[in-house]
Amino acid sequence: MPYGPHTDGDRERMLAALGLDSVDALFADIPAELRASGLDLPDPEPELELAARLQALAGRNRTDVVSFLGAGVYRHWTPAAVDQLLLRGEWYTAYTPYQPEVSQGTLQSIYEYESLVAELLGLDVVSASHYDGAAAAAEAALMTCRQTRRERVLVSHAVHPHVRATMATYFGGGLELEEIPLVAEGEAAGTTDLAALQALLGDPDRPVAGVIAAQPNFYGLLEPMAELGDAAHAAGALFVAVVEPVSLAVLQPPGAYGADIAAGEGQPLGIAPQYGGPYLGILGATDALVRQIPGRLVGMTTDLDGQRAFVMTMRAREQDIRRDRAASNICTNQALLALAASIYLATIGPHGLRDVAATGVARAGELEKALAAAGAERLHRAPYFNEFAVRVPEARAVHRRLLDRGFLAGLVLADAEPDDPAVADALLVCATEVTTSDDIARFAAALQEELAGGSGMRSELAGAAR
Amino acid sequence: MSVVGPKLQPTLFERSRPGRGDGKIPHPPKDALDRLPPAVLRDTAPALPELNEPEVVRHYVNLSQLNFAVDTGFYPLGSCTMKFNPKLNEWAARLPGFAGLHPMAPDEAAQGTLQLLWELEQALMAISGMRAVTLQPAAGAQGELTGILMIRAHHRKNGDTERSEVLVPDSSHGTNPATATMAGYRTITIPSAADGGVDVDAFRAALGPRTAAVMITNPSTLGLFEKRIGELLDAVHEAGALAYMDGANLNAILGRFKPGEAGFDVMHFNVHKTFSTPHGGGGPGAGPVGVGETLLPYLPTPRVLRDDDGTFRLERPGERPSSIGRLRSFAGNTGVLVRAYTYIRAHGGSGLREVSDDAVLAANYLMHRVAGSYDLPHGGPCKHEFVASAASIKKRTGVRTLDIAKRLIDYGFHPPTIYFPLIVDEAMLIEPTETESVETLDAFAEALIAIAAEAETDPDVVREAPHTAPVRRLDEATAARQPNLRWRGMTGRQMPCPD
Repeated sequence: MPYGPHTDGDRERMLAALGLDSVDALFADIPAELRASGLDLPDPEPELELAARLQALAGRNRTDVVSFLGAGVYRHWTPAAVDQLLLRGEWYTAYTPYQPEVSQGTLQSIYEYESLVAELLGLDVVSASHYDGAAAAAEAALMTCRQTRRERVLVSHAVHPHVRATMATYFGGGLELEEIPLVAEGEAAGTTDLAALQALLGDPDRPVAGVIAAQPNFYGLLEPMAELGDAAHAAGALFVAVVEPVSLAVLQPPGAYGADIAAGEGQPLGIAPQYGGPYLGILGATDALVRQIPGRLVGMTTDLDGQRAFVMTMRAREQDIRRDRAASNICTNQALLALAASIYLATIGPHGLRDVAATGVARAGELEKALAAAGAERLHRAPYFNEFAVRVPEARAVHRRLLDRGFLAGLVLADAEPDDPAVADALLVCATEVTTSDDIARFAAALQEELAGGSGMRSELAGAAR
Repeated sequence: MSVVGPKLQPTLFERSRPGRGDGKIPHPPKDALDRLPPAVLRDTAPALPELNEPEVVRHYVNLSQLNFAVDTGFYPLGSCTMKFNPKLNEWAARLPGFAGLHPMAPDEAAQGTLQLLWELEQALMAISGMRAVTLQPAAGAQGELTGILMIRAHHRKNGDTERSEVLVPDSSHGTNPATATMAGYRTITIPSAADGGVDVDAFRAALGPRTAAVMITNPSTLGLFEKRIGELLDAVHEAGALAYMDGANLNAILGRFKPGEAGFDVMHFNVHKTFSTPHGGGGPGAGPVGVGETLLPYLPTPRVLRDDDGTFRLERPGERPSSIGRLRSFAGNTGVLVRAYTYIRAHGGSGLREVSDDAVLAANYLMHRVAGSYDLPHGGPCKHEFVASAASIKKRTGVRTLDIAKRLIDYGFHPPTIYFPLIVDEAMLIEPTETESVETLDAFAEALIAIAAEAETDPDVVREAPHTAPVRRLDEATAARQPNLRWRGMTGRQMPCPD
């Protein structure tokens, strides 16, 4: 067995101490009729061969493309220090700091994470982490129900489809989730329809616990967050902002426009895309909601000698103490990713983070101009952050051909939202500080060729060839 | 000498000096933000600390040294399976082809990762005897929620809407009842039998037309295999309910017992326990869920599919309407799953069986070594962990399990899980794992024996422990009564930084 310490002699010595001949005797309590049929798995693989297998698998992925894909997960430059520090075994081979005397490193790092993210959000309390942005948003939705003792939550259709789907699953236990439609046409097309929200809030028989909107929204557009929040509050509901943390270096923080809760995907803060996770679920709230916030919290305190120290606190919300009356069932969280985010923020600093955000905005503007010149106009007109949708006829086919040419042309919106005619034949593209002007120029040129090539003619040719 | 570094650190905020730190990102053009409406822009920049890289590195290296970790010493935290985390796993997860892959990349760009995920599902099916596996849940507790929501969907499909209760034994993890609540069920807690096992008669009495599910941890949180599990599963199914297995303790039974073969309908795996993915100071984990035939239609979406031509793809939105939906964004904690795959491949079938053999042997040996000094409420052979109790010591000397745990720190060990399971007075749940040498097991046993003796001869040295850690016991009451949950500058009752 790899990694095992026991020699045959060690095993014999332990068995002899127990008065046994064979380890099988220790499994005699498994009833004979329930014993396993065997373990049909490949033979053990030595490290050398296994490493080659893993390299071959990793090599089958195509990550050598020039990518304009965001859609909730963004490529950024991660300073080299972040991963070097994460690789210290003292961080990643420890567990939940149940014994604070020998866990001050993890505890202080979580306190610092809570402080850094609270600063970005403009809120008072940030949990030690949730699974990802979607799970954090679902927990936020449940918080609004517990706090208001109401059972109906409204979520903007422009919240990421995975986030909406996750909320719907978490609400499977009996709570009600309804979508707020978007403005269909005009300057505000693609953003949350305030009048529709007010109508949904107006039903006195079905009081609303929470209203949820994203800034920027799934299409990259900037929402009228203050107005949406005011409407929620006027109806006695809480307002939840789903945010992208890098954007908060320059955009109004949720605390400034009256959000009671903020949730977000922390991946942009120094975490690799790695096909979906592990990421970082950010969840923050105002002081008034501190007893409703699920997940671990670390606070500052003192030890018996009066020395400053850190400890997990307000544990009476948690499952291991409160069992069926806990605020959530969460136990294992994403602590190592919260640490990654903290190291990222500490290394990049406030000015660096602003540069990251502002460069993304600038590059996206450059991308918009280049794509428009290539014949792909924006789908919406509202201001956007670093991501926007463009209208491309036969978007899926164009996207595939561009992949063959080495470009990942964003997201085919119809793949994410097959039932939404408003986004048929559209691509969602983004730019960040790692997108170069050369990438943009080459991508626009390739797209222009594909569009000018006449996709209709190509498919006719393909049909004739068959 | 301390088992961890001695030097407490100022916070990042105290280290900050305006003007420090630059050189990571080119500066954007001055007019970069001009196209955004002024109303959406922040009035004041966030007050993040300003640090240069060497300062950041020292901060985090010094902080890390305040942690006890598997890489620094023996960490017998029961129920958490703190085994060695192989370094090949870390290398594999960081391969650029895995780490750099966007989760919404088209399937044809993701064939390597999709194949790995598909093969991992197959391996977990072989290990568990389950019919299919989803890798999406982000942790064990989310796996539990997945399982109970699938059970709910099953009953609803059958028009069986009266089922509103989930039965759990009183020895269960807190996540089980908390999950039942999240899924809209009421928890009924069933007392354990005198031998620590499930009380089949009490379960039988509680089972009925209102029972949706039963959640069982096997081996139990006492480290005991549930000998009457066959009978219990029959009774559950006769009542029309389904059986969930909490797989937290799978490390004891690899190659010896398959929950799917025994008749469990659904279970979760904790890959950070059984399959060596790092605990990360609290996470990340991954909580794959295996199901039998009954729950197959309800698995979360997207599943990883292999088409007839041998290519892999993710299920498309709406492709399988019977699914309970998504538990989170994207495919799952894939980076964690790469590590679990690497571990399973490195061990193969024979190696995994040895894992359990050695884990169970180590636990029994350690239990035998401390038998003369501590109460062992459930005697007999254990599986991969065992419960010892300081109840007799407390009665004689006033020294509690908490004190003994803290004293272990002075002896160079991480304490075991304490005061869990809740049904044993002064409990210590001790799990040595298969990667600790017999020399380490002996040294730990001798420390526990020595502390038991100290409790008689010098109880204060135990009650005041730890003596060698960078901080003494903490004022948890004030932390909870007057919470200070974020840095707000050097105000109020905050202490000056330690250096």
